[in-house]
Amino acid sequence: MAAITSDVEVEVRRPRRGVVVGILLVAWVAVYFVLRGIDTLTLGSQETTTLHRWLTDHRDDLGQGNVVFDAIRMTVDQFVVLLQNLLAQPAYGRPVPVIGWLGVVAVAAYLAWAFGNWKVALLTAAGLGFVGLQGLWRESMDTLALTIAAVLLSLLVAIPLGIWAGLSNRAFRVATLVLDLMQTLPTFVYLAPLTLFFAIGPAAATIATLVYAAPPAVRLTAHAIRSVPAESVEAARSLGSTRSQTLTKVLLPMSRSTVVVGINQTIMAALSMVTVAALINAPGLGDTVLKALETLDVGVAFNGGLAIVVLAIVLDRVTTAAGDRPWRTASRRRRILLAAGAAGVLVAVWFSRTYVWAAEFPTSVNIGSRIAVTTSNLTNWVQDVFGGFTYGVRDAVTKGVLNPLEALLTGSPWWLVATVVVALAAVLGRWRGALPAAVCSLLLVATGVWHDSMVTLASTLLATVVVVAVGLVLGVWAGRNRRVDTWIRPVLDAGQTMPPFVYLVPFLALFGTSRFTAIAAAIVFAVPVTTKIVADGIKAVPVATVEAANSVGSSNWQVISKVQLPVARRAITLAVNQGLIYVLSMVVVGGLVGAQALGYDVYAGFTQSELYGKGLAAGLAIVLLGVLLDRVTQAAARRTQRFPRRGDKL
Amino acid sequence: MTAQLEYPEVQDSDALLSIQGLWKVFGPKAQRVPHRPDLAALDRAALYTRTGCTAAVRDLSFDVAPGEVFVVMGLSGSGKSTLVRCLTRLIEPTAGSLIFEGEDLRAADEKRLRTLRRSKFSMVFQHFGLLPHRKVIDNVSYGLEIRGESKPDRRRRAQEVIDLVGLAGNEHFYPEQLSGGMQQRVGLARALANDPDVLLFDEPFSALDPLIRREMQNEVVRLHREVGKTMVFVTHDLSEALRLGDRILLMRDGGAVQLGTGDELVGAPADEYVRDFVRDVPRADVLTLRWIVRDARPGEPLDGPEVGPDVLVREATRLVLEADRPVKVVSNGTLLGVIDDEEILAVVADH
Ligand SMILES: Nc1ncnc2c1ncn2[C@@H]1O[C@H](COP(=O)(O)OP(=O)(O)OP(=O)(O)O)[C@@H](O)[C@H]1O
Ligand SMILES: [Mg+2]
Repeated sequence: MAAITSDVEVEVRRPRRGVVVGILLVAWVAVYFVLRGIDTLTLGSQETTTLHRWLTDHRDDLGQGNVVFDAIRMTVDQFVVLLQNLLAQPAYGRPVPVIGWLGVVAVAAYLAWAFGNWKVALLTAAGLGFVGLQGLWRESMDTLALTIAAVLLSLLVAIPLGIWAGLSNRAFRVATLVLDLMQTLPTFVYLAPLTLFFAIGPAAATIATLVYAAPPAVRLTAHAIRSVPAESVEAARSLGSTRSQTLTKVLLPMSRSTVVVGINQTIMAALSMVTVAALINAPGLGDTVLKALETLDVGVAFNGGLAIVVLAIVLDRVTTAAGDRPWRTASRRRRILLAAGAAGVLVAVWFSRTYVWAAEFPTSVNIGSRIAVTTSNLTNWVQDVFGGFTYGVRDAVTKGVLNPLEALLTGSPWWLVATVVVALAAVLGRWRGALPAAVCSLLLVATGVWHDSMVTLASTLLATVVVVAVGLVLGVWAGRNRRVDTWIRPVLDAGQTMPPFVYLVPFLALFGTSRFTAIAAAIVFAVPVTTKIVADGIKAVPVATVEAANSVGSSNWQVISKVQLPVARRAITLAVNQGLIYVLSMVVVGGLVGAQALGYDVYAGFTQSELYGKGLAAGLAIVLLGVLLDRVTQAAARRTQRFPRRGDKL
Repeated sequence: MTAQLEYPEVQDSDALLSIQGLWKVFGPKAQRVPHRPDLAALDRAALYTRTGCTAAVRDLSFDVAPGEVFVVMGLSGSGKSTLVRCLTRLIEPTAGSLIFEGEDLRAADEKRLRTLRRSKFSMVFQHFGLLPHRKVIDNVSYGLEIRGESKPDRRRRAQEVIDLVGLAGNEHFYPEQLSGGMQQRVGLARALANDPDVLLFDEPFSALDPLIRREMQNEVVRLHREVGKTMVFVTHDLSEALRLGDRILLMRDGGAVQLGTGDELVGAPADEYVRDFVRDVPRADVLTLRWIVRDARPGEPLDGPEVGPDVLVREATRLVLEADRPVKVVSNGTLLGVIDDEEILAVVADH
């Protein structure tokens, strides 16, 4: 019923909206040809505005010397250094870390076994061994130390917050509001402002990471607590449990596996952020990849990226296995084995503190350089053989689509663009769209990087269109076909757990440095999340609804277009929204491979101290773009949605 | 609405649990509803449109005698679950009084309430409310654990009740490994473990299939006979109510419609609603001869067989139909009246 009425209304309304949008766009292009070049607010890459210079001059005013921020920075710093000394860096007058590689492998594998199973334990040992053989032991351990530090600190805050939000409705509403907002901020964005407070370095990197990684743990803990069946809680209360007994004996144990899923997501987010934090001098694998990207050394970048992927897989599999462990208490045999294993681990740790061979990862077999060389050769070969083709595609898209779009956005007077954006937002989402659009446009002008923002916007829009198209097709396919879904989902899951850096490498190999490279990487980065949300939305359409449509003789296409897509509209909006955010964060990281504009500005701000203020302004501009796009899509979705639906939140 | 109800005029002094003017209102500023006559008089829909509040329980008063099985019955949404949770303040009542063994429960503080829940009341839930991460035996001993009993003590007690409900041999399974009926036995055992005075049941068997349900009902009857606990039993199933209940409270939209024994509900429905409700009951199985006895007509022979007034119609059918004259209904030597084929057939052939 609801679907049918809404269809009728769409039929009446949509053409009108489409026409208005079309007229607006045509008018814009027409005016562009008259006014192009006026008021474009262009700013050269080394040029700065008064605001930027002011920010650069006052960069230390906020953080340095402030007791609170200094205390936080020192504490976090010491914690990170402690972990680094433990795993990665020479410490306490020794030429090696406290625990050598053998000890680390043993401890890690043991933990994987104890919390997961022996298979993931093997995987852990193999994975760590592999990164060692890659010649990246120390870098990997640095990354691991930073990740562990950030995750522990993050969980320390996130789990109690999640419990609170799980128990109190008011806390839940506030938390949802804040977390939703945080989710609309691209990865990158956390870095720039934090350097204001905590200076550039590992502490700021860890803090950025812990802020970025906390939301999933909060969200899933709250969700887990809230979905414990009311009757189990009532049963506990009816027997006279105190509040803390109910919490510790009922709510927490029953939430365990969902909380572990949250921890898994927190870890993956942390790993990805720790690598990106190489931009603000975080040590580790991210740094390796970053340096290689700067020198366009695809081989070394690939080697580093591979190590990140291996770490990601290990961490993901282990935490997933931990979440899957059943309620049952360990059997007697397993307990004995665990005790024996613990003894073995202690011996390994002792070895790794005593003998050099167990402390320093052997360098005799280094497959890392071989991987790098092979990749470089392969890249050269690919570029020789397919270069004509790949570069052709690149140039065609750049010339045919990207350049005109960019010219329109950057060449129009800023007030023309702003007017069009606000008008479009008003048509799509009425005042809910128009108001944020107007505010964000004006603020963008104020940041002084309007021109660069428009360049980034052009890439973002192009990539998002592709992402949404691909995501819709794949998502509908997977949502309708169980076989496709089981086949495609692991790929998507794997894709989603990879840190954004990793995506740049193969595209750099294929397309060289260009805006197109960043766009292509962004598309691949954003497609998994979009596809998954669409597929879930399609799958959530009640079977009975689909059967009803089939029973009146609808064709497949009619079922998709008239039933499944409209009913799944909410999921599709979310998919578009998340696609945008992912694309935006990647287009920005793409600053490293020639995407220029905002991404480059931020990056330059971290590396050239006289551009610091501009980098900060560019970071702010990214946030503004994100908020602008997010608000407009949300407002548009709200308008198209006519029948209220309850609680299909994640 | 409550006008046609006949509550006992004087409070029964040996009632175990005595409820007076109990209200539970959900929604914004719920407190005002019971205290404002204009709001209290509104029906549920009107109250909702006017204030955004739902009166889940409205102005209920009744007593539960020691050892009684008191059944609360009504359609979905009539407020049964809310009522039974209000009795131990799992849901905080909005107004009214709750007296248990002479103690005012509404005045009890957290600690006192916990003590009462730990020793005097227990509850069995519709969807069992078991703890999936604990074995059967640990589920059953949960109540003993939280009141701090030693492990051997609670193991022993848990084993006792597990045997009592027929779960012996399943102690070390996890709930998900058991069938629905078995799971509810765990729920029952858990409720019995701390040896409460009052057992509260919230539709305990409606998630079970009919055969198991009947088996579990028998189990409750047996337990009631063996341990003699007072029970407040919520159900929406009339035949269950008639089978188990000494008295039945029929609710609609939070209010009471009728309170009485099963045959009172069937024999003298208070209004159309109750009449509808009991329409499909096989009346011969519920009504006793008391309900159909009539005065002897002048000249009717009074030398027929004699029966007591509390015999079920079904049981007397054969006797009455086979006798060639009216059967006399006699209580303690007094003649209450007679019954003939006509009266019997009116009940048996009813529908
Ligand atoms: N926490 C709550 N907040 C608001 N309204 C509630 C709440 N709990 C119950 N209600 C409302 O109170 C009314 C009575 O609910 P209750 O669960 O007591 O009914 P019930 O007789 O047990 O029904 P069922 O047979 O479906 O279990 C319903 O209209 C319900 O919507
Ligand atoms: Mg109920």
